[in-house]
Amino acid sequence: MLRFIVRRLLQAIPTLLILSILVFAWLRALPGGPAGAMLGDKATPEKIANLNHILGLDQPIYLQYIKFLGRVLTGDFGNSLVSTQPVVQEVLDFLPATIELSFAALFIAVGLGIPLGYLAARFRGGIIDNLTIVVTLVGVAVPVFFLGYLLQNNLAEPLGLPSQGRLTTGLDATDITGFAILDGILTQEWDAVWDAIRHLILPAITLATIPLAVITRITRASVLDVMNEDFIRTAQSKGLAEQTIRGRHVLRNALLPVATTIGLQTGLLLGGAVLTERVFTFRGLGFLLAEGIERKDYPRRQALILLGALVYVLVNMLVDVSYGLIDPRVRVR
Amino acid sequence: MLQLRVARTRRIALIGLAGALAVSMSACAESKRDDNAAGGEKTGGTMVFGATGNPKMFDPIFNDEGETFRITRQIYDTLLQNKPGTADVVGSLAEKWEPSNDGKTWTFTLKKGVKFSDDTAFDAKAVCFNFDRWFNMKGAAAQSQMIYYGDVFEGFAKNEGDATGDPVYKSCEAKDDSTAVINLNKAKGAFPAAFTLPSFSISSPTALQKYNADTVTQSGDSFSYSDYANKYPTGTGPFKFESWDQAKGEVSIVKSTGGTDTAKLDKLIFKVIPDENARKQALKSGDIDGYDYPSPADYALLRNDGAQVLIRPSFNILYLGINQANNPALKDVRVRQALAYGINREQFVKSKLAEGSEVATEFVPKAIAGYNDQVPQFPYDPEKAKQLLAAAGASNLTLNFYYPTEVTRPYMPNPADTFTAISEDLKKIGIKVEAIAKPWNGGYKDDVQKAGKQDVHLLGWTGDYNDAGNFVGTFFGRSKPEFGFDNPALFSAISAADAAAVGDAHTKAYEEVNKQIMDYMPAVPIAYPTPALVVGSKIKGVVASPLTDERFNTVTKG
Repeated sequence: MLRFIVRRLLQAIPTLLILSILVFAWLRALPGGPAGAMLGDKATPEKIANLNHILGLDQPIYLQYIKFLGRVLTGDFGNSLVSTQPVVQEVLDFLPATIELSFAALFIAVGLGIPLGYLAARFRGGIIDNLTIVVTLVGVAVPVFFLGYLLQNNLAEPLGLPSQGRLTTGLDATDITGFAILDGILTQEWDAVWDAIRHLILPAITLATIPLAVITRITRASVLDVMNEDFIRTAQSKGLAEQTIRGRHVLRNALLPVATTIGLQTGLLLGGAVLTERVFTFRGLGFLLAEGIERKDYPRRQALILLGALVYVLVNMLVDVSYGLIDPRVRVR
Repeated sequence: MLQLRVARTRRIALIGLAGALAVSMSACAESKRDDNAAGGEKTGGTMVFGATGNPKMFDPIFNDEGETFRITRQIYDTLLQNKPGTADVVGSLAEKWEPSNDGKTWTFTLKKGVKFSDDTAFDAKAVCFNFDRWFNMKGAAAQSQMIYYGDVFEGFAKNEGDATGDPVYKSCEAKDDSTAVINLNKAKGAFPAAFTLPSFSISSPTALQKYNADTVTQSGDSFSYSDYANKYPTGTGPFKFESWDQAKGEVSIVKSTGGTDTAKLDKLIFKVIPDENARKQALKSGDIDGYDYPSPADYALLRNDGAQVLIRPSFNILYLGINQANNPALKDVRVRQALAYGINREQFVKSKLAEGSEVATEFVPKAIAGYNDQVPQFPYDPEKAKQLLAAAGASNLTLNFYYPTEVTRPYMPNPADTFTAISEDLKKIGIKVEAIAKPWNGGYKDDVQKAGKQDVHLLGWTGDYNDAGNFVGTFFGRSKPEFGFDNPALFSAISAADAAAVGDAHTKAYEEVNKQIMDYMPAVPIAYPTPALVVGSKIKGVVASPLTDERFNTVTKG
């Protein structure tokens, strides 16, 4: 297993290298540039040219890339144009929020999606099944930002839920790890834990809708496939209890494609997080990226896109590893 | 069965280990809550203000954007400031100020007994220390970020990088503790108003030196700043810096004593909420006490909820730019005047802009000295517009019309709506419009201001200080690709007005310039929009400023 993980990590290096070239070239090809972004409304062509010279942005692009790569390899992604703080520090500061939100969204998506999908398959053609199909279709079709605004404007006030942020402003919560809930538990500041959970509810629901819909549909389809397999008929003819067949044979085998989907959806959550975090001012990496895009923050964009790619590669590797855990036959192969 | 038992044992061991880990971490992690905080003597309470974006850092000289200045205005003072609610110049750290006859020497009589928040004394030496610091700033990186200094003072003791301007600043003398004399190499119309710019806030010399304020270093495609700028900004304002929590997006400042004014609030928190809808909801739920730039469509709703929508007197302008170089027909003044007559600006202002907005008749707002109410007027008259076009042989005129997308500016709340309204008017006078929409951050300004690809375009300006040159000098002070004309008479008139002695002569020179501009019609002034800010019902004492120069020392929270 260790050799497998190392091999996958080594395979990721060329992927990330090519991506870094593409991202670098793409950002440089966009109109404007860091100098224009820094100088804002007062930018004149002369001032921009001067700043480009100071920053070395008037040098050939391959030289700029080599310098950039050299810095990145030492962990230096430069400073944000927006906050003037090191981007790496920003990523570390904002990462816990995204992890917290993604976990909450995945918790909702997996916790509801698998049982719903299973029930829909088991009672195929029934009310639950039809209802699930319609609801999941809506879940996939509704844009994340629209749903976010919908919940923010219509549910926050009636339910007494916060509409933005991670904690109530001015709440004296001790910050240890950056994970608001975990910190609250560790320090036994229970009001902070509850406050953090309340702040998570609406953004987590928003972010969970697409993965929930996808997981539900994949589970349903997968369970239906497995239920038609020969070994299920064999198990039934052997006289095994229905519960055992469902739990040990149907669900376990049906979970393989679901695991793949969960892995892919985890990667996609980062994309959804950009919109969700922006709508709810949930200060995670998505928020950071959205702000970076809006305010032409080149260093931030570069760092976050590359980091996103790295996370995607790692998550996919974890999915491959989880195959082995769910189905021992994969390990043997 | 044995395998199953082993697995179960392993699982129990793992859970036990996780539990032990959690307990041990919990033992290490102690709450850092200040239990006495609630019991302390608190009188003014805390106000939370919803900011639209992150501050950059807090050394004003390296800043040029509103969200940072909103905070530094509470921490620092300038020699002069704007009278609350107006653009009039009044004293701040200086009680009196006097220019010499030639406008090259400015004598400031300073307030006595003022202290910086680090308890060091504010005096004339501190003023000179700041002015000399700016003038002698070393390093191309640092100089490139002193945007307003570069605009107003034009050059440094030793220009670095590609900067070439001759410095306006010459020297500063501390005659005594309360008299600072600033000598300039040339008179400039920007003064005294430019002394109100928040970039020229006076910092504690002790803190500047202690925390290496002048250290600006390149870091990738950006710059990094000193501890002074990030952690220890020190001024004479009614509040002093407490913390900047990046992860929470909150800047906290607390009441300070010894400065020029005393705050009524104990604490002020600026919370960054970029999304306008989220700011609105946060105000509704009481998480914040006020925010900037509410959407005009929400004014009524906010008022119904008990909030106070405070309209700022206009200090900006929206115009329809005309690029004569890109379309020969536009070189004829009759065609440019036809555009002015053909746009129903009254209707546009009434239907598309926030309350308080007015039709622009020239390129400076009414609050500016030099505004001239005798300039030629161009009321909506489509028939006259058609006649002018016919007389100029431009009845079949086609114009490419650039407008920005993905942006909201204080002078242009909705660019697409603005474009639609104006282009419909132009079509009514027989002009064919080719719409070209470009993202604001995707090259719009490059196309219209650098490349001059447009025939006509939408743009505007928010003023920095009360001087007409800050508007018309910026637009028409020299030949620019944005407007594509060369009018030496106009350029020299603006230059002469800028150099005219402070007072009536200066005002009159700009009044004449404004008339000359409207005769020439290099662009069409459209509107003086009025942005607003909103505060909750419990907040009292906020005075909306045309320059977004709201000071929160007078604010109370009931």
